[in-house]
Amino acid sequence: MAEFLMPSLGADMEAGTLVKWRRAAGDRVERDDVIAEVETEKGIVEVEVFSSGIIERLLVEPGQRVPVGTPMAILREERGAATSPAEAARTPPSPPPAAAAAPAAPAAAPPPSPVQGPRVSPRGRRRAQELGVDLAQVHGSGPDSVIEAADVERAATAAAAPKDAAARMRRAIAAAMARSKREAPHFYLGTTIDVGAALTWIERENAARSVTARILPTALLLKAAALSLREVPELNARWEGDEAPPSPRIHLGVAVSLRGGGLVAPALHDADRMPLGDLMAALKDLVQRARAGTLRSSEMSDPTITVTSLGERGVETVFPVIFPPQVAIVGFGKIAERPWVTGGHLAPRPLVNATLAADHRVTDGHRAAAYLTSIDALLQRPEEL
Amino acid sequence: MSKDEIRALVLRELQRIAPEADIERLDPDSDVRDELDIDSMDLLRFVTALNAELGVSVPESDYRRIVTVRGCTEYLAEKLGQLAGAGPCAGR
Repeated sequence: MAEFLMPSLGADMEAGTLVKWRRAAGDRVERDDVIAEVETEKGIVEVEVFSSGIIERLLVEPGQRVPVGTPMAILREERGAATSPAEAARTPPSPPPAAAAAPAAPAAAPPPSPVQGPRVSPRGRRRAQELGVDLAQVHGSGPDSVIEAADVERAATAAAAPKDAAARMRRAIAAAMARSKREAPHFYLGTTIDVGAALTWIERENAARSVTARILPTALLLKAAALSLREVPELNARWEGDEAPPSPRIHLGVAVSLRGGGLVAPALHDADRMPLGDLMAALKDLVQRARAGTLRSSEMSDPTITVTSLGERGVETVFPVIFPPQVAIVGFGKIAERPWVTGGHLAPRPLVNATLAADHRVTDGHRAAAYLTSIDALLQRPEEL
Repeated sequence: MSKDEIRALVLRELQRIAPEADIERLDPDSDVRDELDIDSMDLLRFVTALNAELGVSVPESDYRRIVTVRGCTEYLAEKLGQLAGAGPCAGR
């Protein structure tokens, strides 16, 4: 038997609300099947299952809000369906964050408790009485998951927060960014890249492609950013405890602004391995689904680095904040014609400012500089991307 | 296809991209990229939809002609007329 848990879909996620089950008890499911829809602070996400088998029992009802890590269903796994090491890396959800979950919506029934009744410190119990917090809804961060006063206070703050989607998303972004700035010592590097060769190549390439297969400059920038991580793999990592081992695969988180405000940064899986046309198709699909609110859980939880591009908003240079637990983020500004000296001659050239914010606990300026240099070099040979 | 029909199609596709916008009140001469917060990915989606609906392939060099409702309507009418080989479209 295996438990299907409320996944952690980002470092900022504390709890999620089950919107609906896509499958019923007794159904056979295959690995990567979407079996539930969960509402998070960043919208509704389609949640996949990471092993094959039969759904034995559903434990959570639609409308219930439960903390990350709560068992939502019991799965009877098929014999011989053991996960590979690569799958295993995706299977266990991230440990639930220390902060407490917001209480369930008034209309929702209380979720099943994953533990045998909460263990609470005396001060925590007193604060719960003072603030009117239901301890059954609080996640303990103390030793052996004991609920401390700070856990209760976080739960009270979360309960008092505005419930509309935009406000909740802003709160989630605020938590993640504040954590990043508090914990990750950022340093920034920037360089200006001549993208004349890249744009000429795209123009020629698109002239020969159908409308549906056209490539945008963003795809080239993303591919160059992904491939360059092979040269500086320490930037493609997630902070775990007191170290950040490089991830074996390159999943670019692509920052997508949402029409109602806020943003998400879902993963373009294995962006370094995709041919450019495939990457562009995957990017189009990802952006459309991000804006339609139909992202998948793996896309929310897998990014190993993020790329943000604000050039279309007229911005020349971006100074981004790392999305934890990642250790780096790349920013691209507007592609614009500006004076540029090449071979001793001043000429107008299309230029873009590329910036990198990196975590100084993981790497240093020398290696980070090598990364930006690699992006520049790759963009001079667009036909190889 | 009349210009009114083309305009209606243009507005319908823009509405799909910007479902929250009051498309009917859009200034026909304003740049939809600014008015509707449309980025290059949205614009590509728009061009793809026009291609699917009308069979008109808008080259990148002509994008500047389709960024207003009026300009886009005129452009598509012209291209459809060329495709049909029957001169300009009927209607206003």
